[in-house]
Amino acid sequence: MKKTYTIDVDCANCAAKMEDAANKVDGVKAASVNFMALKMKVEFEDGVEPNDVMKNVLADCRKVEPDCEIFFE
Amino acid sequence: MTEKQKQNLIRIVITSVIMIALNFIEVDGMFRFTLYIIPYFIIGHDILIKAVKGVRNRQPFDENLLMAIATLGAIALALYHSGDYVEAIAVMLFYQIGEWFQSYAVGKSRKDIADLMDIAPDYANMENEDGQLEQVDPDDVKIGSVIVVKPGERVPIDGIVIEGHSTLNTAALTGESLPRDVEPGKEIISGSINLTGLLKVRTTKEFGESTASKILELIEDASSRKSKSEEFITKFARVYTPIVVWAAIALALIPPVVLTVMDSEPMWGEWLYRALTFLIISCPCALVISIPLSFFAGLGAASRHGVLVKGSNFMETLSETKTVVFDKTGTLTKGTFSVVAIHPEKLDEAQLLHLAAHVERYSSHPIALSLLEAYPDEKDDCIIENTEEIAGRGIKAIINGDTVCVGNSRMMDDLGAEWKPCEHTGTIVHVAINGEYEGHIVVSDTPKQHSKAAIKALREQGIRETVMLTGDSKEVAEKVAAELGLDQVKSELLPQDKVSEVEKLLAGKRSEDEALAFVGDGVNDAPVLSRADIGIAMGAMGSDAAIEAADVVLMDDDPFKIATAIRISKKCLRIVKENIWFAIGVKVLVLIAGALGFASMWAAIFADVGVAVLAILNAMRCMYVKAQDPETIN
Repeated sequence: MKKTYTIDVDCANCAAKMEDAANKVDGVKAASVNFMALKMKVEFEDGVEPNDVMKNVLADCRKVEPDCEIFFE
Repeated sequence: MTEKQKQNLIRIVITSVIMIALNFIEVDGMFRFTLYIIPYFIIGHDILIKAVKGVRNRQPFDENLLMAIATLGAIALALYHSGDYVEAIAVMLFYQIGEWFQSYAVGKSRKDIADLMDIAPDYANMENEDGQLEQVDPDDVKIGSVIVVKPGERVPIDGIVIEGHSTLNTAALTGESLPRDVEPGKEIISGSINLTGLLKVRTTKEFGESTASKILELIEDASSRKSKSEEFITKFARVYTPIVVWAAIALALIPPVVLTVMDSEPMWGEWLYRALTFLIISCPCALVISIPLSFFAGLGAASRHGVLVKGSNFMETLSETKTVVFDKTGTLTKGTFSVVAIHPEKLDEAQLLHLAAHVERYSSHPIALSLLEAYPDEKDDCIIENTEEIAGRGIKAIINGDTVCVGNSRMMDDLGAEWKPCEHTGTIVHVAINGEYEGHIVVSDTPKQHSKAAIKALREQGIRETVMLTGDSKEVAEKVAAELGLDQVKSELLPQDKVSEVEKLLAGKRSEDEALAFVGDGVNDAPVLSRADIGIAMGAMGSDAAIEAADVVLMDDDPFKIATAIRISKKCLRIVKENIWFAIGVKVLVLIAGALGFASMWAAIFADVGVAVLAILNAMRCMYVKAQDPETIN
């Protein structure tokens, strides 16, 4: 399953770090962050609940960039 | 400006004012330190807070942390050595100015491009039971509903006009500035602006599937397909910061230790200062921001010219194109017949065309349509009777009492009329009156208005070879190719032959770095579109299959747009390369100078912020590519 989320982040390098962090979260098959469009595309593993996974994605992204935001609910 | 940007701007201004004021105050010792630490906290407190969070989250290469270490280090040095606090605060100040500028520039270009793409209206007008117009969410409009589009409004959903006449501005969709007339029965696409009259439209698609929504989705997706340059930068950024940080640590420790061993003055302070300058340059921001920004702006510029490029990677490939392969019919030629020559025997040209048009009045054959188009005043008071179509021959009718036959040479043979051959290539339509030969009209598929200029413009863009593939006869193909100035032509091809021809051309490429583009109208060339390095579909408005198969979509069917697309891609890639070389170059230079003690923190902050600002300004140039007038190419 693939979903696109709106994000908010200030710098391009931070966006790249978020992408790295998101890709390491369990349940995420592949994630890509588009800084210019402020969008995060996430492809989930089969059988996971996107919102549960996204909570962890946000938590891990906050670790690399405290200011970031992902709108998933 | 966002709220955050405003706040930061105020902080920048306050700090600058305090710094200028402090310049005139002469104090020493702890009082001086206290005075200077105030602006430092005003401008840098958020960085310091983020730095602490970075430590807590074990992010050693967090740029806030590095910036905090660098400036706090400089303050410490000032406290013990020079008393020059200005440098540390200035570094923080300029860093914030740089960040502010980045955020402003990115926000602005985001908005510019969004405005450019402001083609999907957020409401549709529908009539309710009382006959009143009501604005509804276009998502709720079902296929087959009737919507009303007022003059000045954008068409929200694709559909067919059922009532009203108007002209439409399709500039946002096709880049074509000439308005288009619509009347009942005509198809209209979402995103175009209704200029003059009220229109009632029966929708044929859902909002999400309509042209405007599709285009928006495509553009948003485009910048997530990353190019080679972007991948390079991401990889570079990942190793750059750690390398610079480790180099800084080495610079702070090794030379003093070596100097101590050699019994000379270790100069700990001096080497620490040099190490701190390294930390300031350790953020790869300029590169990381300016490269995607360039592509984003380039994609925006292309769509403004009616060219949808489906990804940054395709932008890159487009700029490397050396060979362009065209389909003929519908791509270089109009795909419809038109009259190219009239050769009467005794009558004048207008009379011959007049009679032929009358005979063809009721026919819907493409040739009949071309004759009617050439003689638009056909519906005059002549009396036309007994129109009769003779299969495989032509049409016969009685006009004002005379029997007029219009058809091919076999029809003339049947009549016993002595027809004459013609030196023109194309389809020859013979005319006979009462069995006597009166001459012929030549119709053929003609090149599009800008085809010749397109080939020429492509050559100016460094395209080495232009090739035309067609299923048409050799004679017709070669005539068109010669007229347009194409390098190669392959005729009488079956659809599957086109793929193998393209494969042959792909095999003959001189190097891996050059690309082959195929241009088609997307109707039945999907396999070729996907086989080529880059597939360009034209006139794809409304054809989902073509949009799906192609990498680049021309919204109208003007081949000249291909040259425009390549021009934009080349400019974009040139700017990307400039930024890569410039940013890395300046940083490396300042790093070397810093290690040798020639670069102060001022130089370092320029290498970081100044370069970012210049690279961003350079990237924004991608957005502005002037339209070229095809008429000036000839």
